[in-house]
Amino acid sequence: MSKRIDVKDLNVYYGNFLAVEGVNINIEAKSVTAFIGPSGCGKSTFLRTLNRMHEVIPGAYAKGEVLLDGADIYGAGVDPVTVRSNIGMVFQRPNPFPTMSIRDNVLAGVKLNNKRISKGEADALVEKSLQGANLWNEVKDRLDKPGSGLSGGQQQRLCIARAIAVEPAVLLMDEPCSALDPISTLAVEDLINELKDSYTVVIVTHNMQQAARVSDKTAFFNIAGTGKPGKLIEFAETSTIFNNPSQKATEDYVSGRFG
Amino acid sequence: MTGSSASGRAGDKVFSGTAMGAGILILLVLFGVAAFLVVQAFPALVAKPADIQGGAGFWAYIAPIVIGTLIAAAIALVIATPVAIGVALFISHYAPRRLASGLGYVIDLLAAIPSVVYGAWGAAFLAPAIAPGYAWLAANLGWIPIFAGPASATGKAILTAAIVLAVMILPIITSLSREIFLQTPKLHEEAALALGATRWEMVRMAVLPFGRPGIISAVMLGLGRALGETMAVALVLSSGALTASLIQSGNQTIAAEIALNFPEASGVQVNTLIAAGLVLFVITLAVNMVARWIITKHKEFSGAN
Ligand SMILES: Nc1ncnc2c1ncn2[C@@H]1O[C@H](COP(=O)(O)OP(=O)(O)OP(=O)(O)O)[C@@H](O)[C@H]1O
Ligand SMILES: [Mg+2]
Repeated sequence: MSKRIDVKDLNVYYGNFLAVEGVNINIEAKSVTAFIGPSGCGKSTFLRTLNRMHEVIPGAYAKGEVLLDGADIYGAGVDPVTVRSNIGMVFQRPNPFPTMSIRDNVLAGVKLNNKRISKGEADALVEKSLQGANLWNEVKDRLDKPGSGLSGGQQQRLCIARAIAVEPAVLLMDEPCSALDPISTLAVEDLINELKDSYTVVIVTHNMQQAARVSDKTAFFNIAGTGKPGKLIEFAETSTIFNNPSQKATEDYVSGRFG
Repeated sequence: MTGSSASGRAGDKVFSGTAMGAGILILLVLFGVAAFLVVQAFPALVAKPADIQGGAGFWAYIAPIVIGTLIAAAIALVIATPVAIGVALFISHYAPRRLASGLGYVIDLLAAIPSVVYGAWGAAFLAPAIAPGYAWLAANLGWIPIFAGPASATGKAILTAAIVLAVMILPIITSLSREIFLQTPKLHEEAALALGATRWEMVRMAVLPFGRPGIISAVMLGLGRALGETMAVALVLSSGALTASLIQSGNQTIAAEIALNFPEASGVQVNTLIAAGLVLFVITLAVNMVARWIITKHKEFSGAN
């Protein structure tokens, strides 16, 4: 199920503003990749080009190739809706649908993709997805209550359950733990470790320890100054980035000397 | 320091005194109006049936025009609500930004047209234009009671009045719904899109559920206007006895009945018309309370948090 991503010469724009320039990166299937870098360097922007969510913003577009197992998701005739149902996304702030119950939240994506699903199948899928997101035990008695009634950490895991319920090829996460307490953060990190067995995971984080704990490979992005485009500076095994980076800027950043 | 705080305290007293006074004044005026309505309406409620217009008592007089009012308002809502929500969605989520703001202005302008203009348009243009359609309906679908013939030759039937009402309340419902739709949290819209929702599916998953209480309020405001609208109905409808057919002349609404008859009314007929006004007031109040109840009933799932 999980797929690899190869990005070739990608430039990302907001209108006339070039936000991210010339990214080339190869992300293996069934791996966890972390994006790190100072604020404003374009990590979120680049992440959102990987499932064509970037172009949802008026005036925003991307140029270049993003190959999902060899097929360009920006190719002619590719429907962004199909791309997004294949590549799941978890946002920085938990965003369960407030008008839906926990159960309906989990099923939201599935109901979009194949409308007909029997009650039994739906029940099984809800349980499996919530188990997968380490949330089942906490909510199994109140599946019909609104998702907005959960704690922040629970809501975020509900969003993960919603994303994995459709069994996407890739899971993108933009600072999924930044609104969470340390215990919920650990829960989500454990979860990422398990998810890597079946999904390709890409995670943006400001927390270096987190990047070191969860990721196989790490990409360091940097920006030369305000108004300049962000660039991918270095991409390597996580241990290499943190212990033996080849670029001076990477070393300065991971050792806390700037940023 | 003591000086400034003392004068501040005096200012507080003056302000709270004025505010309280204004509040009490409003309550007194409201109470006065209500008391006036009830006192003036009372003679009609206890009058001998023969003294009331129609000669069969107050309730026999008021029932048909209550039903006429409800029918006209209901048809207007059924027509206006889907159109208004569709237009509002188009403006908020489909149209390119420049077109959207232009359309928004046009809609707001429509809301500012005086009702007598709508009435004149309905009577002079819409009614004659629609009359052949009514004749066709009567000929082909006449077996359905609401389309029973003979169709009004001038087109001045309750359906025409309801259509004019629909056009009148369309701008209010549209512009309020549009405001609500624009406030949908980006977070929820993106949640839907990231799951692979098309734009319409995103609207159904995020925008409409979020906007529901707002839509209900907007529709209720529209309903309030449709129920109380006087001029447009008075000009468009050639009124008469209650009939099930929407395309014959006949039927009447409370507001138009009051406006048409008040100038020449005397004696107990004045009391009757005031009582009719009281009934309209009670209906409007009931509609608003039902709307409140619907909105609070769904609070748990409302997304207010
Ligand atoms: N909607 C937008 N419209 C225009 N410019 C934007 C928009 N969103 C982001 N930008 C710009 O794009 C650049 C990259 O922003 P981005 O949010 O991707 O940074 P980031 O690396 O995710 O930062 P952070 O770590 O603070 O989340 C910034 O210069 C930012 O101002
Ligand atoms: Mg970001």
